[in-house]
Amino acid sequence: MKRIFSKQNRALLSELVRTDFKLRYQGSALGYAWSLLRPLLLFIILYIVFVKFLKIGDDVPHYPVYLLLGIVMWNFFLELTMQGLGSVVGRGDLIRKISIPRWIIVVSSSIGALINLGLNLIVIAIFTALNHVSISSSIFLIPIPFIEAYTFGLGLSLFLSAAFVKYRDVSYIWEVVLQAGFYATPILYPLSRITNITVQKLILLNPMAQAIQNARYDLVTHQTITTHKIFHGGWHAFIPYVVVLVVLIGGAAYYRNQSRFFAENI
Amino acid sequence: MSEDIAIKVEGVSKEFKLPYDKATSLKSSLINFVRHKRDYELSKALDDISFEVKKGEFFGIVGRNGGGKSTLLKVISGIYTPTKGSVHVNGKLTPFIELGVGFNPELSGRENVYLNGALLGFNRAEMSVMYKDIVSFAELEKFMDQKLKNYSSGMQVRLAFSIAIRAKSDILVMDEVLAVGDASFQKKCFDVFRRLKKEGRTIILVTHDMGNVERFCERVLVIDQGKTLSITNPAEASSIYSRLNVENGLESVREDIANNKVVKHRYGDGGVTVESVKLTSEGKETDVISFGKSFHIEINLKRDKQHHKSPIVCGLAFHNEDDVKVAGPNTQQSKVDPLSNKLTFSVDSLIFGPGEYQLTLAIFDEGGINAYDFLERWVTFSVITDHAVNGLVDMGGSWK
Repeated sequence: MKRIFSKQNRALLSELVRTDFKLRYQGSALGYAWSLLRPLLLFIILYIVFVKFLKIGDDVPHYPVYLLLGIVMWNFFLELTMQGLGSVVGRGDLIRKISIPRWIIVVSSSIGALINLGLNLIVIAIFTALNHVSISSSIFLIPIPFIEAYTFGLGLSLFLSAAFVKYRDVSYIWEVVLQAGFYATPILYPLSRITNITVQKLILLNPMAQAIQNARYDLVTHQTITTHKIFHGGWHAFIPYVVVLVVLIGGAAYYRNQSRFFAENI
Repeated sequence: MSEDIAIKVEGVSKEFKLPYDKATSLKSSLINFVRHKRDYELSKALDDISFEVKKGEFFGIVGRNGGGKSTLLKVISGIYTPTKGSVHVNGKLTPFIELGVGFNPELSGRENVYLNGALLGFNRAEMSVMYKDIVSFAELEKFMDQKLKNYSSGMQVRLAFSIAIRAKSDILVMDEVLAVGDASFQKKCFDVFRRLKKEGRTIILVTHDMGNVERFCERVLVIDQGKTLSITNPAEASSIYSRLNVENGLESVREDIANNKVVKHRYGDGGVTVESVKLTSEGKETDVISFGKSFHIEINLKRDKQHHKSPIVCGLAFHNEDDVKVAGPNTQQSKVDPLSNKLTFSVDSLIFGPGEYQLTLAIFDEGGINAYDFLERWVTFSVITDHAVNGLVDMGGSWK
């Protein structure tokens, strides 16, 4: 453990994160502002379509904040896994020519996504205040869903990035999976719209659905249907956490195993 | 592993899977899996390589292209995982497969210095301390805030090298770093090598340049077709290497090594052999010759029965310290057919500038193709002078 966080590794990690961050909006006039503008613009579109035209979410208090929080969390997950997926191949020049600890590559890309999330959370804080959301003590639990989403995304990134080195199909497959996941997760629609309780239960076994619903519960409204609620506090509510752990451990093991051959396979 | 060993390579083999088709898709893998067909070919890049490098040693790895040098280097550096065998490294190792790895063209020179430094294990604070030295050594003070993509390739190499030499590793592994850059850059490289050697760092150098091998290395591994040919002194390694590049060189070298014959800078089929070589100047045998004095090379030959009367061609070559061939007289050019067993090459007044020279002698058959006896860099002598010589030689001449 001491060696993992050695001075050299910390220096390298911070420098890689810095480089990615500097290069992200290279050559664009608005620069870092895009980190905030992108989810905001998406939010406006979805808000107009779903709230104004389709009248979804009328029954949810503070629906704009509710919606934005879901979009931000999903975008964080999307960015984390998409950037993570390409990170190893993208750093092929380093991998082929020097021996740096391989895990640094995926972790540095995940930190990039975390920084973006941090910026987006500022926007959410502003929206929360503008919408007069009454904050309850459950706000202290809000780190948990974010940790869950990050851990899940990191585990997937480890697996996907290593698989991507061998099979370039992985990126296309993952795009489709993400697209499906976007609709299978209650981001745009309140879960209460789905009347079949079994389907509700199935949806809430997805770690991302659990994380988003929990975050909404903690920040916006206690009306949110969470995994804990739907299983009446039973042990089933822990299934998503187990999934996250399995994905992280499995992803790390696969990554570790494959990383020995990155240099020759890229 | 004992304390004075820096690197121990034990029975290392490396196989690569070379796909038949470039398409690495799931579909093709699945199809081939179902058909029990391999979609790749195994290629053995390294085959059972073992050696040790002592601490503070300057160790060379030479061999022909595709012989496995770079693969071995990457295995030592931990970039490739060996298929079989193991590599033990005692101390911190930094590989320099290429200069400026991780340089990003979109970042400024300054940002690239910090990024590259981090790859060598330095944090920002440490880099800030060294920053000024790095920039001034690279002579790029005015350009540090410009993007790297606006640098010339020479500037990039200078910057990369300037950072690379700060590496505080115990073991440095270098692959043809010297191949880039102009003469003055190479001289800088040499100076750094000498300094590193003095500091007692362990250095592994992979190169094609036998001049560098003889200049710096203490021991050399000669590798060919993924196998160890020999681990030996630089002189012998250099000779093995030059023989490898001749047709059928590999078999004859292998034979000599297998028979425990010392592979010297000497080869040939031995029909006519050189018995002795003697340098004389002003009537005395010597290896220090004064500029402008007379100079003779006396060669005694021995012929076997079949070649008793064979016509031969005798050639000489003089190389200076920089490995430049200064002169190369031969009997064919001078229209001499040496038939006796005694041959003398004479100059009345030596025009070579001061320094050390190496003499190569060769006895060929009539056509000048088949070597009876080739004595590479056989004799070393020096030239001294009491006046400055501007250039390689002082050609004399007169002005009006």
